[in-house]
Amino acid sequence: MEKILKKIWIWFDDRSGLSEVVSSLAKHKVPPNVNWSYVFGSATLFCLILQIVTGISLSLLYQPASDTAYQSLQYISNVVPLGSVLRGLHYFGASGMILLMGIHMIRVFVTASYKYPRELSWISGVFLFALTVFMGFTGQLLRWDDAAIWTTSLAAEQVGRVPLIGDTLAHFLMAGKTIGGETLTRFFSFHVFFIPAILFGFLGFHLYLVIRNGISEPPKINRPVDPTTYRSWYEKMLEKRGVPFWPDAAWKDVVFSVLALALIIFLAIYVGPKQLGGPPDPASVEVTPKPDWYLLWIFAMFALMPPEIESYVIFIGPLLVGIVLFLIPLIANAGERSPFKRPWSMAAVIAIITFVISFWRMGVISPWVPAFKTEPLPASVVPAINPAAARGADLFYTKRCQYCHKIGKYGGLKGPDLSTVANRLTPDQITIRIVNGSKEMPAYGGFLTDKELDDLVAFLKTRTVRNKASKNK
Amino acid sequence: MDRKTFLSRLSLGLSGLIATLIAIPVIGTLIAPLVMNEPRKWRDVGSVDKFEQGSIGLVEFKGAGYKPWSGKAAKQAAWVKRESASKFIAFSVNCTHLGCPVRWQKDAEMFFCPCHGGVFYDDGTVAGGPPPRELQRYPIRVKNGRVQVLTSPVPITNITA
Repeated sequence: MEKILKKIWIWFDDRSGLSEVVSSLAKHKVPPNVNWSYVFGSATLFCLILQIVTGISLSLLYQPASDTAYQSLQYISNVVPLGSVLRGLHYFGASGMILLMGIHMIRVFVTASYKYPRELSWISGVFLFALTVFMGFTGQLLRWDDAAIWTTSLAAEQVGRVPLIGDTLAHFLMAGKTIGGETLTRFFSFHVFFIPAILFGFLGFHLYLVIRNGISEPPKINRPVDPTTYRSWYEKMLEKRGVPFWPDAAWKDVVFSVLALALIIFLAIYVGPKQLGGPPDPASVEVTPKPDWYLLWIFAMFALMPPEIESYVIFIGPLLVGIVLFLIPLIANAGERSPFKRPWSMAAVIAIITFVISFWRMGVISPWVPAFKTEPLPASVVPAINPAAARGADLFYTKRCQYCHKIGKYGGLKGPDLSTVANRLTPDQITIRIVNGSKEMPAYGGFLTDKELDDLVAFLKTRTVRNKASKNK
Repeated sequence: MDRKTFLSRLSLGLSGLIATLIAIPVIGTLIAPLVMNEPRKWRDVGSVDKFEQGSIGLVEFKGAGYKPWSGKAAKQAAWVKRESASKFIAFSVNCTHLGCPVRWQKDAEMFFCPCHGGVFYDDGTVAGGPPPRELQRYPIRVKNGRVQVLTSPVPITNITA
C-alpha cells in the first residue's frame, strides 16, 4: 500500500512540480536576525484565512435577504450548535485582523521597510488596509439589526458630503434613494464577492513582492539604504549569513498565529459575538447606533470636530490620508532606516497613535450622547424643605436638562456638571443661560413659564460645594 | 504593419472587447438603483382624529421602493406635528448631521439625536449640537379625513449645506 502511494506521489510531483515550488518558497533565504516584530504581517494573513473559513461557514446559514437576515442571525446565535461561537470567531477574527494589520503597518513604518526596493509592498499594503476596513464596515452592516440600518444611513450621509457626486454616491451605497430590499443584498455582495476579489488580487501581489524583494533586514544606525547598491548588498548579505525561511524564521510566525487563534477562540466562547440589536426597522427610533470598536474613533471625531469644518474633513480627510500614505515610499525611498535617526517620523507615529487612541476613548465614553436612560433625581439630591427647589429638581428631569448635565451621579456628560453650579454662577447668570441657551445648548426661554424658570433656578441655587459634599456621602 | 503586430493588436483588441462585454451587466446592476426612479407615492398614516392638536407623534409607512422581500427595512418614518385643525407638518426622523434617528421628547418639547448630541426645536430648527441645518420636511396632506405623507428620499446633507 505504502509503495503504491509513494508511486502516485512521485508521478504527481513529477507532473505538477509541486515539491519544487513549495521547497523553493520554504527554503528561500531571509536575513538571520528576523525578530518577533516581524510576525504581525503573517498573523494578519492568518486572520484573513480564519475570516474566509468562518465566513464561508456563516454563508451556509445566513439568509442574505432584507426581511429574513435578522431572524437567520438569531437562529445562528441561539439554535445552531456552535453557531454563536462561529459568529464570535468571525467577529473577533475581524477585530484581530484590523488590529494586527495596524500593528504591522506601524512596524513597517517604524523600521522604514517601505524604502527601496519595497515601495510597492507598502503601496499595495495601503490598498489592503482600505479594503480590510471596507470589509469590516460592510460586515457589521450584515448583522442587519436596527443599528445596522442607521449605520447605513450614517455612511450614506458621509459620502453625501463629497462635492458634486455626493447624492449619487449615497444612493449608490443605499441601492436607491431610501434603504430598501436591495440595500442588504448590495452589502452582502460587496462583502462576499466584490471586495474579497479585489483584496485577493492585492494580497497576491503583496505576497509575491515579499518573495521578489525579500524580507527587509532589521535596520541598523548609520546603514542607510542606497538604491544603487542596496540589491547587490542584500543579496551578498543573504548569501553569507541568510537562513532558510522554513523553519528558522517561520516558527515564530506559526507560534504567534497559534497564540492569536487561542485568544480569538477564548473571546469567541467567553465573550461571544456582538449582540444583535432590535429588528431592522427605520421606524424604530429608540436606538443609539455606534460602530464596532475599530471605527469608534472616527465616530468620535464627527461628534467633536467643529461643525463648520466637518463637511471638508469628511471628504478631504480620508483623501489626504490616502494620498500621504501612498506617497511616503515614493518621497522617502532612500536613506536611514533606523527609527533613532528619523525623529520626525517617530514623532508623527506617536502623534497619530495618541490621536487615534484619544478619540477612540472618547468614542467609548461618548459624552455627547444624551443620557436617555437617566432617572429622576432622588430625594438625597433634592432639598426637601424648599418646595420651589423640589419642583425645580423635577423640571430638571422632565425638561431633559439631565440628558446633558450632571447633578451628583445623575445625568449626562455633554454639558457642564451642575453639581456645584451655584458656586460658579449667580442666579441671574443661571437664568440668562437657561433662557438664551448657547451654540451647544437649546434656548429654553420659549418653553418654560416664568414660574417654571423660577423653580429651576431655585433648585440650581441649592447646588453648592457644601451641599454636594453633604449629599454625596 | 507586419503580421505579428497585427495579430497581437487584434488579440489585445478582442480581449478588451470581451472584458467590456462581460463587464456591462455587472456595472449595469451596480448602477441600476441610480437610474431606476421609483415613483413617489402618497401613503396613508392614519385618520386626522388620531393626531391631537399641538402634538407630535411618530408615523411609519412603506417607502417608495417597498417590495415584498424588503421586510421592515424598507419602511420610512416621520414625526408628524399637528399644528392646527388642518395644518400638519412631517419631519424626517433623520438628523441632518449624519442621519441618525432623532427622538421627540414631549416634556422637553425637543428632538434629541442619539449619535452626536444634536438637538432640534419643535419647529425643526437646530437647538444645539453639530447639525448644520433644520430637520427636513416631507410633503404631507389631508385627503378625505386621512393624513397622507409622500414617500421621500432619505435627506442627504451635501457639502454646500
